[in-house]
Amino acid sequence: MTAAAFTFYLFSLSVLAGGLMTVLARNPVHSVLWLILTFISAAGLFVLLGAEFVAMLLVIVYVGAVMVLFLFVTMMLDVDFATLKGEMARYMPLALFIGVVILLQFAVAYGSWAIAPGTETRVAAPAGAMENTRALGVLLYDRYFLLFQLAGLVLLVAMIGAIVLTLRHRTDIKRQDVIAQMMRDPKTAIEMLDVKPGQGL
Amino acid sequence: MFAADFRIILPEAILAIWAMGALIAAAWTVKDAATRALTWATAALMLALALWIGTGTGVDSAFDGSFVDDRFARFAKVAILLISASILLMGEGYMTRRALMRFEYPLLIALATVGMLVMVSSGDLIVLYMGVELQSLSLYVLAALRRDSPRSTEAGLKYFVLGAFGSGLLLYGASLAYGFAGTTLFSGIIEATADGVSLGLLFALVFMMAGFAYKVSAAPFHMWTPDVYEGAPTTVTAFFATAPKMAGMALFARVMFDAFGNVTGDWQQIVAFLSVFSMFLGAFGGIGQMDFKRLMAYSTIGHMGFALMGLTAGTGLGVQAMLVYMAIYVTMDLGAFAFIMSMERDGRPVTDIRSLNLYSRERPLVALAMLVLLFSLAGVPPTVGFFGKYYVLHAAYDGGFGWLAVLGVIASVISAFYYLRIVYFMYFGRETQPLDRVMSPAAWVFVVGCAAIMVFGVVNLFGVEPAAAGAAAALVN
Repeated sequence: MTAAAFTFYLFSLSVLAGGLMTVLARNPVHSVLWLILTFISAAGLFVLLGAEFVAMLLVIVYVGAVMVLFLFVTMMLDVDFATLKGEMARYMPLALFIGVVILLQFAVAYGSWAIAPGTETRVAAPAGAMENTRALGVLLYDRYFLLFQLAGLVLLVAMIGAIVLTLRHRTDIKRQDVIAQMMRDPKTAIEMLDVKPGQGL
Repeated sequence: MFAADFRIILPEAILAIWAMGALIAAAWTVKDAATRALTWATAALMLALALWIGTGTGVDSAFDGSFVDDRFARFAKVAILLISASILLMGEGYMTRRALMRFEYPLLIALATVGMLVMVSSGDLIVLYMGVELQSLSLYVLAALRRDSPRSTEAGLKYFVLGAFGSGLLLYGASLAYGFAGTTLFSGIIEATADGVSLGLLFALVFMMAGFAYKVSAAPFHMWTPDVYEGAPTTVTAFFATAPKMAGMALFARVMFDAFGNVTGDWQQIVAFLSVFSMFLGAFGGIGQMDFKRLMAYSTIGHMGFALMGLTAGTGLGVQAMLVYMAIYVTMDLGAFAFIMSMERDGRPVTDIRSLNLYSRERPLVALAMLVLLFSLAGVPPTVGFFGKYYVLHAAYDGGFGWLAVLGVIASVISAFYYLRIVYFMYFGRETQPLDRVMSPAAWVFVVGCAAIMVFGVVNLFGVEPAAAGAAAALVN
């Protein structure tokens, strides 16, 4: 077994184990940690494929940003996971049965999988002598320009949705107003009162 | 190359840029005070774009064939833009009364419309998916727009979860198709299926069709429809019932013919199943419904079954019948929903059809218009709704699906019960507390106007028929 093959099996195994444990772990925080292992192993597989840019993207974006956010969210959620698991256990036999049936059907489909004749003429041509990052950029901003922009619009809609559904303008709280604070002077801010002894305000 | 491509997607780009610009402008200045102006301006822009797209000619494609501009796409786009503009115009009164006039509302409708325009023009599986997602995501937010109401939030969440599941099925099918053909372009897939389809590709076909059935709420993928229709604000429900259905049907037909046109026999049986199931579920499901919006949900499911019957035929005539049917269906639904929006008692919206008791005595003209619309929805001659049904039945019979046409007639007779029951309540019901007179002028125009179309359209269907024939000819060749 060569070093590359060994690394491949190592990473594949940890992707599968991580994925399985994400679903099976009792503690949701552990689930997130297992998911991080899955992502890092997947990044390793990308490196083996020679896609180092995607690998780094996976680590930086998913592990660095998304999963940390997930971790915070799961820690803040006040959900009783024990009862949720209990509910799940009730439907487990039926779900397992359906899952196995679907799996068998897919086995039939993949067992007789055939690729259409002449496919090699249809697949996208390799980028040629270009670094991965440059090749990705050329594709994204040229050939897949429309898709790139549409993906941007989808994200914009997601952002609008988050704001529309959660933002509330409260009028009963004090907000900081820098200009108003700087324009204040003692004359308007302080009032001199002549308090008689023993009377109070 | 880029300038030529951009010229083809210009209408979509203009609408998207308008939405983004207006969003920023409104967020930085007067916020919700601008909603009314934005609503009218967005509707005007959509009408202008519809006019512009309608005058287009020829066949063009952009971005290596992943975006197609042909007569079929233009027919669907004009219909979608007109529907979206109509919703904005007729829904303004309802949204104002319900205090839902937030400036994001017209812009989310505009963005959903952009997604639909992309859907019907797609020539590539990824473009298709992007269009579907842009549309769906905007619709999820719109469904939950009345965020203080548990019903509305439930509608948004339910639609989101089930819609995401539908998108997942669609995407899985698309990945299988890619694995078979080595390309996501429809032109490549149709080339790869020239010698028939392998078992794996059949899986891809079934998965993608399940995804489309979710989007057009065809049974057995209809479960979300009644709950979402009931919970969403009525204007938004009216939007759900019309524009996405038009776009979804057009997309369904485009993928079936542009990508899988060589293997018609493989998908016809599935569409036939969806059609029969939807027609009967729509017919029986509506019988027990006393809620007008839930009833309209089952009505939609049934009508989708009829539209799919046109697609089942697998011929140019069938696609033409489907387009004519959809055009008639959305007109009827726009009128009916303009009426439902105006159902209020003591300042609260009511959707129980029993609240319409003796409505004909209060507003005879509106009641008469509703009578025409409901007769048309039921497919009673001589309204236009009958001719829509006649077209699809004829196309199905012509395409060798005589049994399907017979079943369609039976389902149509069953579903007539619940449409006519509303008419019964309006004309012969018991005396109860009347509804408030809150119908906005725009809603009145839509109720009466759509009813008038259902009567006078029998002359020549207002020229929809030759346009649909041209669109079908562009798709099926």
